[in-house]
Amino acid sequence: MPKYEIKDLVEWDKRIREKAKEFGLDCFPQEFEICDHSQMLGYMAYSGMPSHYPHWSYGKSYEKLKTLYDHGVSGLPYEMVINSNPAIAYLMRDNTLLLQVLTIAHVYGHNDFFKNNFTYRTTRAGLTIETFKAHAMRVRRYIEDPSIGLEKIERVLDAAHALEWQCRRNLAIRKIDRKEQIDRAVEAARPPEDPFKKIHARPEYKEPDLHKVPLEPDEDVLLFIRDHNPYLAEWEKDLLTIVDEEAKYFLPMMETKIMNEGWASYWHHRILESLDLDQGLHLEFIVRHNQVVRPIPGQINPYHLGFKLWQDIHRRWTNPTREEIERDGPPNKSGEEKIFEVREVERDASFIRRYLTEELMREMDLFEYEQRGDEYVVSKVSDEDGWRKVKETLIKSVGANSMPIIKVEDADFGQSRTLYLKHQHDGRDLHLEYAEKTMSYLQRLWGREVVLETSLDGKRSLLCSNDRGFSVRTLR
Amino acid sequence: MDTIFREYRPSDAERSDRSAGDRLRHRQKVRESIRENIADIIAEESIIGKDRDRVIKVPLRGIKEYRFVFGDNAAGAGQGEGETQEGQVVGKAGQQPGKGDDMAGDRPGVDYYETEVTLEELIEIMFEDLELPNLERRALREVISERSSRRKGYRHVGIRVRLDKRRTAKQRVMRMLASGRGPRQMAEAAALEGNVADERRFPFHKDDLRYKHIEIDTREESNAVVICVMDTSGSMDTMKKYLARSFFFLLYQFVSTRYRNVEIVFIAHHTEAREVTEEEFFHKGESGGTFISSGYQKALEIIAERYHPSLWNVYAFHCSDGDNFESDNPAALKAAEELAKLCNLFGYGEIKPLGSRYYESSMLNVFRRIQSPNFHTVLIERKEDIWPSFKAFLAKERVQE
Repeated sequence: MPKYEIKDLVEWDKRIREKAKEFGLDCFPQEFEICDHSQMLGYMAYSGMPSHYPHWSYGKSYEKLKTLYDHGVSGLPYEMVINSNPAIAYLMRDNTLLLQVLTIAHVYGHNDFFKNNFTYRTTRAGLTIETFKAHAMRVRRYIEDPSIGLEKIERVLDAAHALEWQCRRNLAIRKIDRKEQIDRAVEAARPPEDPFKKIHARPEYKEPDLHKVPLEPDEDVLLFIRDHNPYLAEWEKDLLTIVDEEAKYFLPMMETKIMNEGWASYWHHRILESLDLDQGLHLEFIVRHNQVVRPIPGQINPYHLGFKLWQDIHRRWTNPTREEIERDGPPNKSGEEKIFEVREVERDASFIRRYLTEELMREMDLFEYEQRGDEYVVSKVSDEDGWRKVKETLIKSVGANSMPIIKVEDADFGQSRTLYLKHQHDGRDLHLEYAEKTMSYLQRLWGREVVLETSLDGKRSLLCSNDRGFSVRTLR
Repeated sequence: MDTIFREYRPSDAERSDRSAGDRLRHRQKVRESIRENIADIIAEESIIGKDRDRVIKVPLRGIKEYRFVFGDNAAGAGQGEGETQEGQVVGKAGQQPGKGDDMAGDRPGVDYYETEVTLEELIEIMFEDLELPNLERRALREVISERSSRRKGYRHVGIRVRLDKRRTAKQRVMRMLASGRGPRQMAEAAALEGNVADERRFPFHKDDLRYKHIEIDTREESNAVVICVMDTSGSMDTMKKYLARSFFFLLYQFVSTRYRNVEIVFIAHHTEAREVTEEEFFHKGESGGTFISSGYQKALEIIAERYHPSLWNVYAFHCSDGDNFESDNPAALKAAEELAKLCNLFGYGEIKPLGSRYYESSMLNVFRRIQSPNFHTVLIERKEDIWPSFKAFLAKERVQE
């Protein structure tokens, strides 16, 4: 049985909140729910959502989590918090008092981050729970509809899930609509203003093709299909909308994993240090904290990297070394101001690009590895020559950067309603087996042939999926 | 605004198994996927010769969640323990470098693509949709083996020892109340009329009697014996034995699903035959030449001694590489014909790993002369052949009578 009472937690929570306020954290109202391990597994399988539409993949994810947990391969998180207003967090019942206190402080870190980081502005935190519930109800209604049923729903959902991350990465950038795109195309086609046009020959005017769909490459693959496949039923369109909305809700979390976990760890550390814990609790705190933010050899622990970075930023703007002043100039604001500014305006990729220094990389011994034969071999380490490359690779592997960017180029390729997509190749080839299966999902949703242009082993290639199956063609 | 704490309530926890439906659906999909890939799974070495309760890992297709991901030439970043050098090996492909849980599901290989099923379950799936003729067991070979009795309702008649006193008494009370002579009714009547009822006595009637009814359950025991005959001469190498073993394994598992009592006999032969234990059967190599007839004779002997065909369904299978001494062929043919008469199903599997069949002699031609419809020969060249040939073999089973 837990060695604490709810009233202890309420008491600690009050103290923590006072501290958080003092430090300048700005949070949504908070709700905590105490749950046991099976409830926690349940929440984890559904990304923490109290209600969510059914799909077998969540059953799979539950089984996987449970197996790992039962076999002691991985423990359960101490908490789970979802981005909503009020923020909802689940605390594990079997945690010790200290763990609960640490977790509560940690949760306020996340809460502040959700409320203030720019990437979360599009998530409509106040409506989170209701939105997910509405999605669940809609999907359940389709399943119960005798003219639709589970099988058909799964066919669409399986395909949609495969493509859910093929969407815009930075939701803070407004997507321009077709009308604006037309204006842009017309503008671009106009020849540049020539002060000597009286004596120059008139430049040839090439009329822009305004009938092309899409006018500009479109990254929202699911939405594009929804809007341009006339054979989709209303419920199918609705499913695509639902999957797209959920992906876009979770995208910011993916995009700020390192910042967010680092920020929460940074604040639970500072808050607990300021709470005057008695010696026993303080010792346990040090142990637990170090467990959370420990480096994991061979991998990147987002808690560790994030925590290190926030500490380093705070130090560099509070107490810079002489070399740093020589290199970067004296700090223009206090460490405190700086970290609050950074937590608002960055996401993982930019956070690492701007604030991960060569010194810190060397201290953390970051390296780049690649596959050679059937082994992973270190290809670059953070020394004078290699650190830029290592950093570049790290940035490529965080958040949505770890997934290929694929855009719809043409919905009527070869005048046969073939969907033409293009992979923005950045040196990393697609995994062919996965591409093949995903293409067949794409074809299922589009209803006609789909073609993906990519590059394989340095050669431009076309992957085609149509009724005759999957084929790879190399272009010259 | 104040923070809200919601306390743990066990009742909520009990109700909160909300992934149950999705888990069920996932299990169904796993099953479907196993069924689709059964031939590949059978060919896997790991399932052969395991216990039925044993949990085995089965690779799955179709249940992976595919999306566009990067392939092998995408570099990754990691953290070292200090002093990491270029060229240092940090992990094996297919696993994350280092150890511990996965970073994100963005790489192939970290996806979970194996599932665990018990062998029992797998076999069930395996034979579930094998389209086989209905196997009617020979009536004669069913022996009543078990007599168990269980209660089934109540009757008005029966023998005294099965009288249910409680029910009988209840019936009497019911009849008493129905006839208006219950204690309260009698008291009321007495109060009204003043006369003391002399008829307090209300005896049992024959209709009150209730007897327990007992039904005797007889179960027919059906016996089967699987006789595995294998050539263990010098030319049978490990690969050939492995193929043979897979086939025997399937046959045994299959027969076990159909019969209650299944015995298995191992006969190893080169120029002479011996009955051996399973261990010896598969692992002990012998050398020397081959007299296939010796194995068949031994099988006939054992059948005559212990497994009389009127009580046992006999399944015999012989695996060899077909490298028999010429002089033994007529004897082998004769013995095989005899064996075919006694067995439900008798099969000969010639194991010729690819390429070897052109320069080695074969028994397939010799056995072609056997007319018996329950005799069947198969040629196994590689492990992928096992499942198809097994199916073909079983299709031959017929009911003798």
